[in-house]
Amino acid sequence: MKTQQMMSLQVEALTLTMKGHSQPLVGPLSWRLEAGQCMGLVGGSGAGKSLVADALFQALPAEIECQGRMTLNDAPLSPLSMALMPQSIEALDPLAPVTQQIRRFARRNAEAVDPTRLLAQVQLEAEAGALFPHQLSGGMARRVLLALTLATGADWLVIDEPTLGLDPTVADQLIQLLSTLKAQGKGVLLISHDLVRLIQVADEVMILASGQQVETAPVAAFDGSGGGLKHPFSRALWQAQQWTQNPLTIHQGDER
Amino acid sequence: MNSWWGRLMMKRLCRLVWLLPLTAVLLFTLVSLAPIDPVQAYVGARMSMIGPEQQAAIEAAWGLDQPGWIRFFHWLAHLVQGDLGDSISYNAPVLTVLVERFPASLALMGCSFLAAFVVGSGLGVLAAACQGRWPDRLIRGWAMVISVSPGFWIALLFISIFAVQLAWLPSCCALPPGVTQDEAHWWQYGRHLVLPVLTLSIYGTGPLILHVRQRLIGFLDGPSARHLRLHGMSSTRLALGPGSRHALGSAVTVHLASIGELFGGSVLAETIFAWPGLGQATVKAATGADAPLLLGIALVTVVVVLLGNLLADILAAWVDPRLRIMPQEETLPRLKRLPWLKASARLKTASRLKVEPKS
Repeated sequence: MKTQQMMSLQVEALTLTMKGHSQPLVGPLSWRLEAGQCMGLVGGSGAGKSLVADALFQALPAEIECQGRMTLNDAPLSPLSMALMPQSIEALDPLAPVTQQIRRFARRNAEAVDPTRLLAQVQLEAEAGALFPHQLSGGMARRVLLALTLATGADWLVIDEPTLGLDPTVADQLIQLLSTLKAQGKGVLLISHDLVRLIQVADEVMILASGQQVETAPVAAFDGSGGGLKHPFSRALWQAQQWTQNPLTIHQGDER
Repeated sequence: MNSWWGRLMMKRLCRLVWLLPLTAVLLFTLVSLAPIDPVQAYVGARMSMIGPEQQAAIEAAWGLDQPGWIRFFHWLAHLVQGDLGDSISYNAPVLTVLVERFPASLALMGCSFLAAFVVGSGLGVLAAACQGRWPDRLIRGWAMVISVSPGFWIALLFISIFAVQLAWLPSCCALPPGVTQDEAHWWQYGRHLVLPVLTLSIYGTGPLILHVRQRLIGFLDGPSARHLRLHGMSSTRLALGPGSRHALGSAVTVHLASIGELFGGSVLAETIFAWPGLGQATVKAATGADAPLLLGIALVTVVVVLLGNLLADILAAWVDPRLRIMPQEETLPRLKRLPWLKASARLKTASRLKVEPKS
């Protein structure tokens, strides 16, 4: 914990290519994530955001080749030093109660894990530990997924679309949780297309357009009409969010 | 009766109310339709020595001169009092025959049932864990061969190999000739049990292996297993730990549902190996037109199959909580069940766990 301030997860020229093709699907991407920081990764659907997560965990489909250097404090990056919160709540085992699933992920953790404390950390009551996934609401299931990543004790979290399909209040709560984790010294790579919520927690935002890294902008650049953004795609993306954000606040009562 | 299994039991008990009378009627009809004349079967070769008057006298003594429905109610009235009638072929009350012979059948079927379950689900798990590699292909091939081989042929094969050529195991009866039940050692009984159990259990393993393998592969290739693997759980551990519950659910259901086949198989195995159980008695009762015994055995079978299915339902719901019967108020509106259920489930969980407001 003491040396964490100097720690960083560095990725250089990460390129994902379909076997037999010369045009890369994703990349080259380069970034540097410090402990206690949050890097946002945005882009439209199909931009290859989730493939980047798979690449970090060396879990790419066999037909995709991965090139580039991924290091953690200058040592090769091991998937076991990170934890992934996946996009789909299908990742929960339908036949195991929450506490048991937490224990499975805690096996990797050197420190003892108290499931009740972990559930409290993601704002779930202890009773939720006895529930099976089909008894959880969407928001609760996401929080359980987050609790699983925390159970591993990993200092680096890759969070894939945490707010997908959640109503605004629950989504805001989740983002709030992520900032707490960041404050506790975790390094977070946050993949999302919900740019408005992303910038509430991220320090830097990397923007992907059809697999290409068009820009990595500090979060301060997402302001007003986006004059601080260099690339026209980034500006268009930001302005599109601005446009939907305003009507959303007016018609919020219509949402469900 | 508020628990999920209490509700399940209630539902099944209600089913018995119409199922049991219906089975009784069907069984009686089937047995009455049997083309063998009971008097002829009883008298045998001496049939030509008795006259029509004598034949009619026997029929009258057995009540065979009365119409079928009267005989049925006669039988039913005695059944309610716990009297299953007298067996013609064993010349003893049916209940006595059943009590005498059931333990041998229970030993045979129980051992076969357990052996098939352990071996079948074990091989299924192994095949799934080695998916696509040689152990998987070997086990799958074996399961296919077993599934399509007739049981009697397997039995004859075993007799020819283990009893005749190798002379390791006896091929007949429950005990060596001339040894009574009191003199016998348990290992003598056990040695005689091996070949019938092998024959009877091997047949049940085929579908079990294939079901367990398929179910476990479904889990291992699914998103939750991928998620665990991503965080460092080995494939072996996945198959034996979290995967076992997925495999167990299908194994228990498939295996318990096949209890009826086990009875059918036991008739065959007991006949071939001259095992003194209910299966052997079934054949004797059927060829001797012994209606009371046949009905008694059929009733025992019905009860065991019903219990097996009930146990399968309870265990399946115990393994997979999604199968548990929800309280009445949630299952009642069948028309818009799906969206409604989801909303109510959410309400329920939301009220149980107060969602904290944004801090």
